[in-house]
Amino acid sequence: MVLNSINKLGNDYKKKYGFRDKVINTLDFGKGLNESIIRKISAHKKENLWMLQKRLDAYSIYLKKPLPSWGADLSELDYNSIHYFVKASKGVVQNWNDVPEKIKDTFQKLGIPQAERKFLAGVATQYESEVIYHKLKKQWDKVGIIFEDTDTAYKKYPEIFKKYFGKLVPSSDNKFSALNTAVWSGGTFIYVPKGVKTTIPLQTYFRINSKNIGQFERTLIIADENSFIHYIEGCTAPMYTTDSLHSAVVEVFVEKGARVRYTTIQNWSTNVYNLVTKRAVVKENGIMEWVDCNLGSKVTMKYPSIYLVGNNSHGEILSVALGSKGQNLDTGAKVIHSGKNTSSIISSKSICKNGGKTIYRGFVNILLGAINSRAKINCDALILDNNSETDTYPTNILNEGTAIISHEASVSKVDQQQLEYLMCRGLSSEDASTLVVSGFIEPIVKELPMEYAMELNLLIKMNMEDSVA
Amino acid sequence: MPTIRNLSVSIEDINILRDINLSIHSGEIHILMGSNGSGKSTLARTIMGFPECIIKEGDIIFDGSNINNLSLTERSKLGIFLAYQYPVEVPGVNFVSFLRIAYNSHLPKGKGINTIRFTKLIEEKAKLLDIKLSLIKKDLNDNMSGGEKKKMEMLQMLILNPRLVILDEIDSGLDIDANRVIYKAINTLSHQNKKTAFLIITHNDKILNFLTPNFVHIMTAGTIIKTGKAELIKEISKHGFKFHK
Repeated sequence: MVLNSINKLGNDYKKKYGFRDKVINTLDFGKGLNESIIRKISAHKKENLWMLQKRLDAYSIYLKKPLPSWGADLSELDYNSIHYFVKASKGVVQNWNDVPEKIKDTFQKLGIPQAERKFLAGVATQYESEVIYHKLKKQWDKVGIIFEDTDTAYKKYPEIFKKYFGKLVPSSDNKFSALNTAVWSGGTFIYVPKGVKTTIPLQTYFRINSKNIGQFERTLIIADENSFIHYIEGCTAPMYTTDSLHSAVVEVFVEKGARVRYTTIQNWSTNVYNLVTKRAVVKENGIMEWVDCNLGSKVTMKYPSIYLVGNNSHGEILSVALGSKGQNLDTGAKVIHSGKNTSSIISSKSICKNGGKTIYRGFVNILLGAINSRAKINCDALILDNNSETDTYPTNILNEGTAIISHEASVSKVDQQQLEYLMCRGLSSEDASTLVVSGFIEPIVKELPMEYAMELNLLIKMNMEDSVA
Repeated sequence: MPTIRNLSVSIEDINILRDINLSIHSGEIHILMGSNGSGKSTLARTIMGFPECIIKEGDIIFDGSNINNLSLTERSKLGIFLAYQYPVEVPGVNFVSFLRIAYNSHLPKGKGINTIRFTKLIEEKAKLLDIKLSLIKKDLNDNMSGGEKKKMEMLQMLILNPRLVILDEIDSGLDIDANRVIYKAINTLSHQNKKTAFLIITHNDKILNFLTPNFVHIMTAGTIIKTGKAELIKEISKHGFKFHK
């Protein structure tokens, strides 16, 4: 009886999240991709030859690269029906008042104005394929933090841009990093100067809001020596009738003694293919933390990675995945230890229900010479019913005799006794399942800023809401 | 208050209870005794509404209405509370957050208690039961000893202020000091809410040192074979259950 009601979780996704606003696209290069479209994108953005060449080179790599031979099934993805570039509103605006009413309306449904009020921080919001709203809080300007959409940063700071763009995730890395490099648009660029530590997280919301739009944002974060930055991206998308592709590339450079925390709440609608390459390199005494929450999408393939090259550097990858009907969340983590005394923690929590599939795919490699390094991997899966599936594919390689890798994994079914215990104290079956699921992911959720922890718990509650059978 | 009429119950097609008749009125304390496996826990769980207890025959009437088909949640909202013999651990779920949701679910729709007032209420009741505040900060029954879990059940009982309390061997396996706290909780609730009725399943005759039951029932092989007053407990202590067959 209780499990029946769990099986209905997320059935009202369309009603809850599937709103689609009528936005008139001002510029659209049509479906499919060829060299001429790439030239058009580059020309429209008034890019110089360097970037055009990067795009064209990437395109030829993209055509040659095969799809990954492992992971989720991507055969249904129809590349010819995707719009590779759409612009929703003209240019980038600095002022909230300049944002078109219709688009504001969409953001309001996502709760962004409230988030802005509560955080009293700047918001850079990507809408459709390009950032249309970008407002920086004055204090960041004062301390020299650059927080721009990536297109603007490319024009305003060409030297920093060229120094870092594509250095960590080259076009040749994989098919989708090549595609992203060929057609990228928007994304976030952050530079934090030496010694600057931010107290308020920088955040970007973005969503897709038109049929068949692939979104290919490019994010570049550079944390200079001894700086600290917390960057948050949260995304949600409306329901489409045909499949959509989101393929981002994120590169993070953590210089000596710096610390970067990158938090993602991914809630794409369940027809989106979310194929993202995220990578960070960490120098001496630096710290990189990926906090990655995956709730939506049809297919996600995402394995945030950390290269611990500096001595005494530290990396953490904390992730949550909630996979429901028709979803395949193939997520995980990758850490390479090459510096001495480096340490890493991977903690993954996944929940699958109603026929959903969640997979943890991890890769940890401690190279020879990374003396006294330590890696700790912990992955737990919770299965809510008999139709759902979870798998773990860990690869741990230890080439350094003085180093240690520890790995723990658990799979558990939701405990009927727990649900009944909560219900006989007056909780509805939805409230009871929400509490049990929230309790399971609590160790990760507590790492989120309160606002986001509440938002995530709310999303889970919305998932669990349904009448008692 | 419940009236149980000709109740027969099976679990997984095995008949456990047969032809049970029992009326409990406001403010009464009933003690239910019987050898292990006689069906006491099944009776408790059937009144609470656990789905595995299938009613084959008979009725459970509460406040004049048949509640045979009500869920656990609905029965809790009517004011029925079952304290577990082995409370379930729910790691990751904070005790106070859980209990506040439970408390609010018993209030009329749209009403709720704020966290500060609720925390104060818990602290006040915890003090009454000698429960350390560090226990309250833990997750629900997580990392607690058997005695601590049972004390926490009693704390939940005092907070939720139920109208019918069913205690399933809450005083088994505890030392005398822990039992004293349990009995104190029962007495506190019966003073706090004079209309609350109790159905106490126990093997412990020392309970008579702390409270006086209105009725004592003896259960054997799935049915109530004898009902009497407190003296019945003393007889059983002397002669065992078989004496009454």
